[in-house]
Amino acid sequence: MKKGYFGKYGGRFVPETLIPALRELETSFRRSISDQNFKDELLSLQSTYIGRPTPLYFASRLTDRLGGARIYLKREDLGHTGAHKINNALGQALLAKAIGKKRVIAETGAGQHGVATATGAAMVGLKADIYMGSEDVKRQALNVFRMKLLGARVIEVNKGSQTLKDAINEALRDWTTNVLDTHYVLGTVFGPHPFPTIVKYFQSVIGREARKQIMKAEGRLPDYLIACVGGGSNAMGLFNAFLNDKVKMIGVEAGGEGIRSGKHAARFAGGSVGVFQGCKSYLLQDRDGNVLTTHSVSAGLDYASVGPEHAFLHDSERVTYTYATDSAALKAFELLSMTEGIIPALESAHAIAEAARIAPKLSKKNVIIVNLSGRGDKDVQHVAKIKGIEL
Amino acid sequence: MSSRIRDRFRYLKKDGRKAFIPYIMYGDPDERTTESLVLLLEDIGADIIELGVPFTDPLADGPTIQSAAERALAKGVTLTKIIRAVSEMRKRTDIPIVLMTYFNPVYKYGTTRFVKDASRAGVDGVIIPDLPPDEAGDFIKEARGKDLDTIFLLAPTSTDDRIKLAAKSSRGFIYYVSMTGITGSKLSINKDLKESVKRIRSFTDKPVCVGFGVSTPAEARTVASLSDGVIVGSAIVKTLNESPSKLKRSVMALRKAI
Repeated sequence: MKKGYFGKYGGRFVPETLIPALRELETSFRRSISDQNFKDELLSLQSTYIGRPTPLYFASRLTDRLGGARIYLKREDLGHTGAHKINNALGQALLAKAIGKKRVIAETGAGQHGVATATGAAMVGLKADIYMGSEDVKRQALNVFRMKLLGARVIEVNKGSQTLKDAINEALRDWTTNVLDTHYVLGTVFGPHPFPTIVKYFQSVIGREARKQIMKAEGRLPDYLIACVGGGSNAMGLFNAFLNDKVKMIGVEAGGEGIRSGKHAARFAGGSVGVFQGCKSYLLQDRDGNVLTTHSVSAGLDYASVGPEHAFLHDSERVTYTYATDSAALKAFELLSMTEGIIPALESAHAIAEAARIAPKLSKKNVIIVNLSGRGDKDVQHVAKIKGIEL
Repeated sequence: MSSRIRDRFRYLKKDGRKAFIPYIMYGDPDERTTESLVLLLEDIGADIIELGVPFTDPLADGPTIQSAAERALAKGVTLTKIIRAVSEMRKRTDIPIVLMTYFNPVYKYGTTRFVKDASRAGVDGVIIPDLPPDEAGDFIKEARGKDLDTIFLLAPTSTDDRIKLAAKSSRGFIYYVSMTGITGSKLSINKDLKESVKRIRSFTDKPVCVGFGVSTPAEARTVASLSDGVIVGSAIVKTLNESPSKLKRSVMALRKAI
């Protein structure tokens, strides 16, 4: 396979200015992950700072309610800052320090990666500037304030669709300008090589833990893994440890108001292959190659493209990709809250929705692990608004 | 090498002059204006015209060209239309025309089909800021077959091995990006710029043209003295949008300075 590629997907489609920085990043990353001190520090912080391992929780009331497969939740929502994003942000903050950069930048959609980067930067002692589309700033006001509390500057992006993709454009422009002293903490398994590989490395702790935990709880591997897919980092993090096993995997994209409405972010159901923001993958685009605006109730899944390794896993049929609509996700959001006392992030609610769809069709002997990638506190106000409730 | 670009640089060299390469966004503010502008720029003395292809996510561009792209997209401009328009323009002008486009519109069009249609229409070269030569293997091969020049970019961060790669992969000229930054940023003319162009020239005889941030005649004059040509984009796009009546005079001043 060509370096930096997953099958025909991936690559390094960025302006020349950034190529030397990406090569330097690749070298430093390889060096760091074979350096025992770096690995020890990461391991120690994963445990004492993030709170890993996160639990694998048997959702017995949800299982009973659905009346089929046994459902386990990988509780990434219980990690520091409340989502899996911290796994990568902390890892990359340590990497930035190792390379000798003074400043980090990041894009954020739901705000979780922005909060995680601001957190990692504060912990390591770096300056952080976070780009966020103004549409998302409105949807995720709480996270905006959290980032500011953590000492980061939040830069609102008023261009284009004013969501995640525009925040990434601005972050890439900033990086192009300040590449000499700045590290770009990309938040998902996307963008130019080596980002998809770096982010997978730091997220794959999720699957490694889940594998051990399910062996302990059930004495066997699960039948299904389910995770939501925006860029796809929580899914990649869970799936990676099971790719060589006989375990079925389902990635759940944002179906928005349905594929036919055109208002969605289901890249596999509604997209085609394109080159966008640094890599080749599936992309929601028009026939002239311009990028379409996307829609999802959850800001974290509201993105026009998807990690290149997911594109590869899709084509090779190793992973099945489906979608959950806004209304299915909102239903799942309430279902989990009421049956288990866990309010999930709207992103993770998409994975719950798929579990709720397939569990009743499976036998009680079947085991499903759902990646509960984040907690839903950040979404409470937004959901209230959708339900027409004034807080 | 496309004969139009090659001939132009030969002619300039013989004359001891430098190339003036203005950039305009096709379809900003509308298609007819672009077509008459190409003729106007030729009259004023442009050597090569760089035509921008609008894209929804122009990550190498600053706000001026981003807005121009939005205006052009709102008018329904597409790569297909631009190729057709160049073919029309060829009835009236022989000036070298290069397209500056992001890769996805070309990828979606189909690279083989693009190379064939663009060269047949009379496009002389292509600049694709998000397609570094490392990723352009097949594209370069196809373009060679149709005499479509592939113009690659180099930047202040480029290492010697990258200079060699871009020099080997480029036809027509090499585009040196004056700064670590996006189009329309503030140019700072310093020793580094001079040294960088010199370093590139130590690896190749191909013309080296400099762009990004060149906006005043004084800047253009200095940049021209260091290189083989000057590319001016954002400054022209901005004048065209904000005070079109001043465009001719300001472009003439740039031409005179180079």
